[in-house]
Amino acid sequence: MSRLAVDNLGISFGGVTALTDVSFNVEAGEIFAIIGPNGAGKTTLFNIVSGLYPPRQGRVLLNDEDVTGLPPFKLARRGLSRTFQNLQVFFRMSAVDNVMVGRHMHEKRNVIAHLFTLPSVLEQNRVTRAKAEELLAFVDLSDVTDRPAGNLPYGALRRLEIARALATEPKILLLDEPAAGCNPVETEEIDNVIQKIAATGVAVVLVEHDMKLVMKISHRIHVLDQGHTIAQGSAAQVRTDERVIAAYLGRHGQREAGRA
Amino acid sequence: MRRFFDSPYAVVLVLAVVVAILPLALPSLFYLRVAALICIFALAVVGLNLLIGFAGQVSLGHAGFFGIGAYAVAIGPTHLGVPPWLALIAGAAAAGIVAFLVGRPILRLRGHYLAVATLGMGLLFAMVFANESAWTGGPDGMPVPRLEVFGWRISGPWSWYWIAGVTLVIGAWIAANVIASPTGRALRAIHDSETAAQVLGIDVARYKLIAFVLSAVYAAVAGAYLAMFDGLVTPEAAGFLRSIEFVTMAVLGGLGSTLGGIVGAALLVLLPQLLTVFHDYEHIALGLVMILVMIFVPAGIVPSLATLLGWKRS
Ligand SMILES: Nc1ncnc2c1ncn2[C@@H]1O[C@H](COP(=O)(O)OP(=O)(O)O)[C@@H](O)[C@H]1O
Ligand SMILES: [Mg+2]
Repeated sequence: MSRLAVDNLGISFGGVTALTDVSFNVEAGEIFAIIGPNGAGKTTLFNIVSGLYPPRQGRVLLNDEDVTGLPPFKLARRGLSRTFQNLQVFFRMSAVDNVMVGRHMHEKRNVIAHLFTLPSVLEQNRVTRAKAEELLAFVDLSDVTDRPAGNLPYGALRRLEIARALATEPKILLLDEPAAGCNPVETEEIDNVIQKIAATGVAVVLVEHDMKLVMKISHRIHVLDQGHTIAQGSAAQVRTDERVIAAYLGRHGQREAGRA
Repeated sequence: MRRFFDSPYAVVLVLAVVVAILPLALPSLFYLRVAALICIFALAVVGLNLLIGFAGQVSLGHAGFFGIGAYAVAIGPTHLGVPPWLALIAGAAAAGIVAFLVGRPILRLRGHYLAVATLGMGLLFAMVFANESAWTGGPDGMPVPRLEVFGWRISGPWSWYWIAGVTLVIGAWIAANVIASPTGRALRAIHDSETAAQVLGIDVARYKLIAFVLSAVYAAVAGAYLAMFDGLVTPEAAGFLRSIEFVTMAVLGGLGSTLGGIVGAALLVLLPQLLTVFHDYEHIALGLVMILVMIFVPAGIVPSLATLLGWKRS
């Protein structure tokens, strides 16, 4: 049984096809990387899998169950969580509050109790905060616990999103360019964090442009180009794949040519 | 100081103290009457702030719910023989139910679309109140019987000051509770990123609806109080200008700040009383206040002051 299976996914925007026939599956404890040039459709794929976009064709399965078309919050309740390439931090809330929001599904949600702050609510808040602080420590953000997220540097925000996603206790975690904009020290830290997450049995799907990071920590790599799968395999296999080289060099070459 | 003002309960405490001692400082019944009006409007704004300031969902039609509360205490006792206090509770419940029914379809809309839809909702209510003459007295409105509790007839600024003041403190306390709870975190999360909120398992539609219903109940209670205090209700209670007034109060004081909502209400109730010019050109003045706030203190008075005085982490 695969934690996540994507079966023949396809989507188009106003007649422009962004993804065609993409299929793969990800197992528990695996780090599965999806790479490809800009505009290849990686983020779009995440948006479909997490329920933000309905696919035009194909299916998404979590633990062998068809979940295609379910709204994001229901997918979250089935163990799917993600981070965002274009940060979706709650900027007006503190770092710890951001992570506390991630505990939502695990909290008692009796609104009447909330209106009158029954003792159970205070206890709930205490437990949620303790858990959030633990997660901030896990991504090495303890020193900014009560700082407004809007004041944090970029690298910290990337890790904050990871901590927030982990707060949901996901079984499948989608990371969209978690190291983008990070310095080498922060990238190293994120590398460690991702490996630790996978070691706990979470299926990690990683979209990342930092090839050093991808090649080092991924168990398998899936390569997209213009919405099509062009290769899948180990780091060694993908690195030497002609179509992959062509896709990357080709783009690069075109850009160079354009400049000249 | 900073820690104190970061707690949502600090505001409730300060408010309770102010409400308790304010009458000592008021020179005449006229001012007590103004203070009662401030508490009534502030109550509506504290509720609306949960929706606009915390959940980030605009409503330009909350006077509709204010009107439901106001007409409930007029129609209930007059046409249905319901005692005023029960009519008050029924009015608040009715506003909550209407908000639930209307909110489900329209809260799917975002930004300008939601603003326009709520505006339409408010106009619709006002039209019903103006046109159903047999029940509502039409455009001239209808008298509202005095509130009676255990044989006590409640009227006059003193009684209404205490009722509205205590209710405002309770309303602010409930708002503080909500804000500090998982529900409050969900609302603030929705305000900043609906996408992230959904992905974290928050049923966004449900929480928007909770904020909408809560704010409608606050508005209805305030509307019922004002109608009973005035002894009269007219369709203006539910009118467009009233809705705009609520939003202006919330924005002026500072969205997302309970104290801000109260300060905003106080200023907009006081200004027409103090400056007759303001009274004569209320529409223009309201618009002008909005424009000036947006230009000079877009965050609203209270948050801007708090930042200025270093009470709040910016
Ligand atoms: N909501 C959308 N509307 C229209 N086009 C979109 C939308 N989302 C993505 N696209 C298009 O789909 C293609 C893939 O984009 P994206 O998934 O962001 O690529 P990647 O993440 O691999 O860089 C791009 O051509 C992009 O313009
Ligand atoms: Mg992308």
